[in-house]
Amino acid sequence: MRPIPHVLPPVRHRLRAVSLLQASLLMLGSLSPVLADSGLEAVLAAEQARVDTIATASKTAVAIFAGAAGGGSGVLISPTGYALTNFHVVQPAGVAMQCGLNDGRLYDAVLVGLDPTGDLALIKLLGRDDFPAARLADSDAVLVGDPCFVIGNPFLLATNLQPSVSSGIVSGVHRYQFPAGTILEYADCLQVDAAINPGNSGGGLFDAAGELIGINGRASFEKRGRINVGVGYAISANQVRNFLGVLKGGRLADHATLGATVATSADGRVMVADILESSDAWRRGLRIDDEVVALAGRPVRSVNAFKNMLGTLPAGWRVPLTFRRGGRPTEIIVELAGVHTTAMLNDLVAGGRGAQPELPDGKPAPPPNPLAPDPADLPEAIRPLYEPRVGYTNFHFNRIELERVLARLADRTADVSREPWRYRGSLTGGGRFEIELTDNSAQISLPTGVSRWEPAVAVAGLAAEAGFDASPPGSGGMLAALTIWRQLLLNGALETGRTSYWGQQPQAPGSAAAGQLADVLNWTTAGSQARFLIDDTGAVVEISFTLSPTADPCQVRFSLPSETHPCWRPDCIVVDSGGRRFATLAVEDPAE
Amino acid sequence: MTTPFLIGLRSSTFLRQRILLSLVGSLICAAATWAGPATAPGVAAASRVVKLYGAGGVRGLEAYQTGVLVSPTGHIVTALSTVLDSEAIDCVLDDGRRYAARLLGADLRRELAVLAIDGENLPSFPLSPTAPRAAPGTRILALSNLFGVAVGDERVSLQHGVIAACVPLRARRGPHEAAYRGDAYILDCTTNNPGSPGGCLIDWQGNFLGMLGKELRAEPSGIWLSYALPADEIAKGYAAVLSGEPPAVADEAEEDRGYNLRLLGLALVPDLLDQTPPFVEAVQAGTPAATAGLQPDDLVVALGERTVTSQRALRRELARLIPGDHVRLSLIRRGEIVACDLGPLPQAPLPTATREEAP
Repeated sequence: MRPIPHVLPPVRHRLRAVSLLQASLLMLGSLSPVLADSGLEAVLAAEQARVDTIATASKTAVAIFAGAAGGGSGVLISPTGYALTNFHVVQPAGVAMQCGLNDGRLYDAVLVGLDPTGDLALIKLLGRDDFPAARLADSDAVLVGDPCFVIGNPFLLATNLQPSVSSGIVSGVHRYQFPAGTILEYADCLQVDAAINPGNSGGGLFDAAGELIGINGRASFEKRGRINVGVGYAISANQVRNFLGVLKGGRLADHATLGATVATSADGRVMVADILESSDAWRRGLRIDDEVVALAGRPVRSVNAFKNMLGTLPAGWRVPLTFRRGGRPTEIIVELAGVHTTAMLNDLVAGGRGAQPELPDGKPAPPPNPLAPDPADLPEAIRPLYEPRVGYTNFHFNRIELERVLARLADRTADVSREPWRYRGSLTGGGRFEIELTDNSAQISLPTGVSRWEPAVAVAGLAAEAGFDASPPGSGGMLAALTIWRQLLLNGALETGRTSYWGQQPQAPGSAAAGQLADVLNWTTAGSQARFLIDDTGAVVEISFTLSPTADPCQVRFSLPSETHPCWRPDCIVVDSGGRRFATLAVEDPAE
Repeated sequence: MTTPFLIGLRSSTFLRQRILLSLVGSLICAAATWAGPATAPGVAAASRVVKLYGAGGVRGLEAYQTGVLVSPTGHIVTALSTVLDSEAIDCVLDDGRRYAARLLGADLRRELAVLAIDGENLPSFPLSPTAPRAAPGTRILALSNLFGVAVGDERVSLQHGVIAACVPLRARRGPHEAAYRGDAYILDCTTNNPGSPGGCLIDWQGNFLGMLGKELRAEPSGIWLSYALPADEIAKGYAAVLSGEPPAVADEAEEDRGYNLRLLGLALVPDLLDQTPPFVEAVQAGTPAATAGLQPDDLVVALGERTVTSQRALRRELARLIPGDHVRLSLIRRGEIVACDLGPLPQAPLPTATREEAP
């Protein structure tokens, strides 16, 4: 425990110490036959497996150097060069950076997406399409006591580009760490006793199989200074997965809020303490003093559990929430709002984009924000890969993701019929329906009456530019949703309005692939908005159409009998609005 | 695989040997870490560890720490600290159940407090004053509410490491010397953090080994210590508090008195250091040591199955014996291990045998 020179015995004893050391080594040597009998080979095999695992994982470790601004770590997650790191690592590093891998080479890298609240960033290394990549594991399966290891660039030691490895066990799961003087919130994170030091930020936390369970980013430091004291935290791989789509889309991610605060009651229940009347949760019926029982599929037994769950979700997701009032449980689906406004986020990462205000006392203006550079100042390799836009980290990557999803959609809609689309069948609860969609009209016949929409009948009070309305009554705009759906499938794009890549969102409860993530295209026109969920096969599985910002959306869900079925011939269409089921339409002869 | 390693470790006992010891310890630990059997004992022990909340909250003084349940009816041992200096001490169990705890008493010498909550059939670690000491090199798990990260039904933090040594504690915090100067396990991992005092030390089989101490620095070097009080000391402190006995103060002297080395005919080199190695200086003719063939310059490394790391440790181990017990010493002589049988320990000729030199 104390420095060696202090404890060295007098010279005579020191000689003895040496001989004793030799004696012990001899003894250890003589033990090897015993070891062989008791599983030496198993120990050596385990050792070799560990060496191999670390060797493989080390190839994915990224050393980020940002000159005087410091640096940190990262980890590759795709052969095309996408790598995760921390927001607080790239914030000083900026849009263009140089990254080292343990192959001894430096690679140019460009910033793709940022999640300032979750302290996450996505960058892309350039120049290869066969980067070694780590696989994101299911971090909810991680147990306290599981072995883990950390690979990164502590104290920026990796000047030879060889990362450092430390090992330990998982000390805690589902930890909540308050924002410490910043907006960085670590929710539902993993706690480990493997050494995490300054510079490890952004690097990978791996399980014994070498799969990525988290992104190291924070540690408890105290009186000993900024060095490891056996208490480090990592953003969970599952939270990373929730935000990955948003990040790949070059967006500026925001975290979710319910629009309500909760507190623990005297008997330990989690109760709604306050709620915004403008929140979706309020519109769905949540009130003060309701007991929150579950959120997004996980039980809520403490305020921390509530914050944990919410803190891992992107703004805009729709998740189930179960609350109890008077002993009776109710499940609602709520759309989560953002914690920050776009302007707040933009200021946070790109404050100072454009001209710097001169300070009144004549001090020089602060240096330009590295996250909002003048593209002309960027290295030549990076310049074509960076496009600034308000609300985005790097809009260039939004175009790439949009093209990717539209290409997948095109594969699935190559043989789509250009004739009018007609559907008929029975409604759950009784009665028949008929739907006809043409290039310039939409009509539905229901037992309650016939609704028809065509651009020519747009009247005052309807969404101006596209002229949509909320017909049939109570649906929130089902005909409008089906009309833009047909347009997207026929043309592979939407001519009016603005289409962008939104990220990924879980498919709705009740669908065949409930909870699985699907790509989301976001379409906006004056006032109205639609989101299309497009699954791995390129089929549009859900539409969420919002006529105006204050209206409840119309949720349309399509189910297809198979993965190869024409995606414009669903066998069932489910329509919800305002928290209620509007209609379940069983389509007859979908194969026709 | 651990047993053969431990035999090797038991022969390596002092000073520079520590380096080898900790190296081997790390190897064992590393191998074990990847085997991953920490979950079961860690989770089982966590149900017997409680989060305590009391006074504090000002800079440098946390208002929370950790405790260990030691009886099914709700007795808790913890570190005696300013956290307990409060009318209301909140105690939160692993499953989130919350109790008001009351202070039953404290052992000032061991800086150990006993709290009580009104519980029944609670999971607990039974204490024993004869609990065996864990050898250096033993792999450990430490459970504590470090940094207060766990609240409500959240589990306390689990850390892993190795016992580097079991030595008398010489520690201080600022100008204040630690009252406890008995044996402590020194750990190779950073277990003693804010909120850790009163935490639980177990081996990988889930056996209770001790209680994490406070945040203290080693007196000679100023290095922050990670240490725990051994289970037998915890049991003695707990018993003393329950019986209402005044705290014992003479333990250390007792350890050094008793059946000393001269009874066996051994004189060691002058004990000048905290950890002076037990080298033989001289052997008195006609004594058990002479009969057994001990020689000057022999280094005693074990008494029976117990490693000795210093002259003080050897005296302490000898003090555990009673007349008639068989005395077997392991020695290192010119680089080779030699076993020496000194026969049964003789009866002391006088009740007040000459004391060994105090350090």
